[in-house]
Amino acid sequence: MDLATLWFWIVAFLFVGYFVLDGFDFGIGMSLPFLAKDDTDRRVLINTIGPVWDLNETWVIVAGASLFAAFPEWYATLFSGFYLALLLILVALIARGVSFEYRHQRPESKWKAWFDGMIIVGSAVPALLWGVAFANIVQGVPLDEGHNYIGTLFDLLNPYALLGGLTTLLLFFTHGVIFAALKTDGEIRERARHLAARVGVLTIVVAAAFLVWTGFAHGTFWFWVLAAVAALALIGAWLANGRAAERTAFTLMAITIAAAVFGLFAALFPDVMSASNDPANSLTIANASSTPYTLTVMSWTALIFLPLILAYQGWTYWVFRKRITRQTIEAVAH
Amino acid sequence: MNDLLDPLLLARWQFGITTVYHFLFVPITIGLATATAVFQTAWYRTGKTEYLRITRFLGNIFLINFAMGVVTGIVQEFQFGMNWSEYSRFVGDVFGAPLALEGLLAFFFEATFIGLWIFGWDKLPRGLHLATIWATAAGTVISAYFILAANAFMQNPVGYEMNAEKGRAELVDIWAVLSNRVVLAAFPHTIAASFMVAAGLIISAAAWHLSRNQHLDTMRPLLKFGLWTMVGAGILTTFFGDQLSLAMVATQPMKMAAAEATYDTVCGADASFSLFTLGTPDGSSELFSIRVPYLLSLLSTHSFDGCVEGINDLQAQYTELYGPGDYSPIIWVTYWAFRWMIGLGLLHVIIAVVGLWVTRKGRLPKQRWIWKVAIWSFPLSIAAMSVGWIFTEMGRQPWIVFSLLPTASAVSPNVTGLEVLISLVVFTLAYGALAVVEVRLILRAIHKGPPDVGEPHPETGKLEPASTVY
Ligand code: HDD
Ligand code: HEM
Ligand code: HEM
Repeated sequence: MDLATLWFWIVAFLFVGYFVLDGFDFGIGMSLPFLAKDDTDRRVLINTIGPVWDLNETWVIVAGASLFAAFPEWYATLFSGFYLALLLILVALIARGVSFEYRHQRPESKWKAWFDGMIIVGSAVPALLWGVAFANIVQGVPLDEGHNYIGTLFDLLNPYALLGGLTTLLLFFTHGVIFAALKTDGEIRERARHLAARVGVLTIVVAAAFLVWTGFAHGTFWFWVLAAVAALALIGAWLANGRAAERTAFTLMAITIAAAVFGLFAALFPDVMSASNDPANSLTIANASSTPYTLTVMSWTALIFLPLILAYQGWTYWVFRKRITRQTIEAVAH
Repeated sequence: MNDLLDPLLLARWQFGITTVYHFLFVPITIGLATATAVFQTAWYRTGKTEYLRITRFLGNIFLINFAMGVVTGIVQEFQFGMNWSEYSRFVGDVFGAPLALEGLLAFFFEATFIGLWIFGWDKLPRGLHLATIWATAAGTVISAYFILAANAFMQNPVGYEMNAEKGRAELVDIWAVLSNRVVLAAFPHTIAASFMVAAGLIISAAAWHLSRNQHLDTMRPLLKFGLWTMVGAGILTTFFGDQLSLAMVATQPMKMAAAEATYDTVCGADASFSLFTLGTPDGSSELFSIRVPYLLSLLSTHSFDGCVEGINDLQAQYTELYGPGDYSPIIWVTYWAFRWMIGLGLLHVIIAVVGLWVTRKGRLPKQRWIWKVAIWSFPLSIAAMSVGWIFTEMGRQPWIVFSLLPTASAVSPNVTGLEVLISLVVFTLAYGALAVVEVRLILRAIHKGPPDVGEPHPETGKLEPASTVY
């Protein structure tokens, strides 16, 4: 495997990390109106991700920067091409990020309601649009010889891509609700499990439709393998949730998302962005990548630092392993 | 193309606005993270309640501010590709590496340890908890290094080779990029300036309470800390600013010529530095000025008889090298931005020196106006910082990467003026609204004063800080 191919998979890994981790943050955000009955409930939910949402979100920053460094052409085409979609994602992430920090700064319920709204919308919009973006990357978009995207925003909103968006939305929602069941206790935990059981069915149907469509249109051998893993893990997660095996359910959801995202990258390989109008204009691993020197520098850095990063992030999750309850919040309420 | 919807112009405005905005929060984060760590260390060592209260007080302001730095930072990371795709293709091989290093080495580090610090008060042993705030502070400084190294490449490209076939710059020596002489001076200059900004905030906050004769036990030490930090950081900023001037003259002589609005090459006593000039608004001719002979020569070359090349000579040289075109930036911007940076920053230092004098041996002056000045001085350093950047970035024009890529060739060719306008308006509105919220929250946190942290445990004598929740 040459270095550029290695970096294709490292980029895939970084996006997998992002979707698995920030995925449940999005889910928690979207679940506020369904799982919380009062402000204390909302605080319970938000505090399940309080210490970790920022580091989870950082995965997309690192993924973006790695894309820039390893595949400048891909970075340039993707970000300028999906301009307005990215704008929406950015605004949503801004709204969500400040809300976590600001909602508890004042006691008034009107103030909090504002930020709750921003958390909900700021979680749902990226959850939907990341799926739309990735479905379009896999499907291919019109590119000119300079590798510039020549479609419009509405070209990105085709049925296949929208199905992809709905899939990520539901996957992240379920993922987050199961995370809530794993990290809380009492009534809210019960509610989360019931909600996951109901919404899980819908998620399975939609995700299956998306994976099958992808498979028939762009499938490769490895895509089918990974899609099968994703499908089985998703069904397993649903069953585990039904038996209140929260840890297993959560792990299987993580596997579902990881396998699905890796599967999309496998369907894309060896292109990084296919031109739907003329295959000659496609961006490939070979023509989009940086020089071997840059990739070598990056590889050494990743080799040394990624294990370290995984270690200290794992440690953080361990430090905050305890379930959050209403009592936890009430004890410190201010 | 309709002028109003010129993507290049709009993209430049957008980058300017979002980056200046991002950089309002970044220096506060860098400075306050360290200040918070210092006071937490003081508490760790002495166990004094006041120090813990100061830590909590600063920490809360720091967090309100940090959130803004993070969310505006994501925009920075993405907008190179969004608005400047040709630039991204051109420099990605070189420029992407420091950005990726920043993410891998600094952002993950910072984002992880900040979470541990906020929520870890009752979950980590005290020493380890103290380490998390130091780790966060270190992360902010490391991230500044890499981003400044990336920026320095745009000021003074090094460690690359041109690939004519691909039409891009390619990295051949990462160490050259990371030890660019511009970053070696710009990094300490920026970090020291960031400490000035944070010190300014601290001085204002402490003065607000002291002028009301409240919280004397915490605000006295805090004021003293702020004043000394301002003076110390001011000296360092000036020292490294001088180093940076040398680097700038060596790498971008046009910027120095534009900073002084010298059209013709001048030497020795003629190379004077104007402290103040009244002239036509474009700086092209002068009506009245106060000039210090030799100072420009000293600033640029560290000698009395050095020469400083003028805009006209440089323009002729560049035309020969790079073909016809206008190679000078907007003179009045660079001229005034350079002066405002130095003037506002030094004014802040002078205020701090006077402040140290009037509060010597624990005195608290009675005159209202002294306190007014202290409270309202906060914007000085941060304004100096912003105009410093405006000078650096606009002084580089018409280049986006000096001598290699003109700004006009860097913009995304397929993004329409309307799209850039939409994002410009959306970001400006969103940022404007957030600014109001952020300023109010910070003022509220300051006015509330240092929080109560309870009494030490009767038997162990230890304070057990309560946990934090969102
Ligand atoms: C509190 C803020 C502050 C203060 C008091 C000063 N500076 Fe500064 N200066 C900055 C904040 C700043 C900055 C952080 O805004 C810049 C922008 C780019 C950089 O690296 O630092 C900067 C840039 C900058 C540059 C441009 C470098 C380039 O374009 O390559 C020069 C030559 C100086 N400074 C020189 C000085 C001198 C000689 C000063 C004092 C006598 C001084 N600065 C005070
Ligand atoms: C250190 C990292 C930075 C990088 C990589 C960077 C990069 C850029 C780029 C790509 C542009 C657009 C092209 C151009 O107009 O030349 C630009 C312009 C600009 N930047 Fe920076 N910048 C950095 C830091 C800053 C900071 C901290 C500020 C201010 C606080 C700033 C202020 C500006 C302004 C005002 C412009 C508009 C200049 C003009 O178009 O005339 N930059 N910068
Ligand atoms: C225009 C170029 C810039 C880019 C692409 C950029 C990127 C980012 C990103 C992605 C973040 C969020 C990190 C997180 O989630 O923790 C961030 C925050 C930060 N940036 Fe920038 N930035 C730019 C300009 C600068 C400059 C010039 C500096 C320093 C000199 C800087 C220093 C920081 C620091 C210290 C933080 C973390 C602290 C905070 O969030 O307030 N950035 N930046």
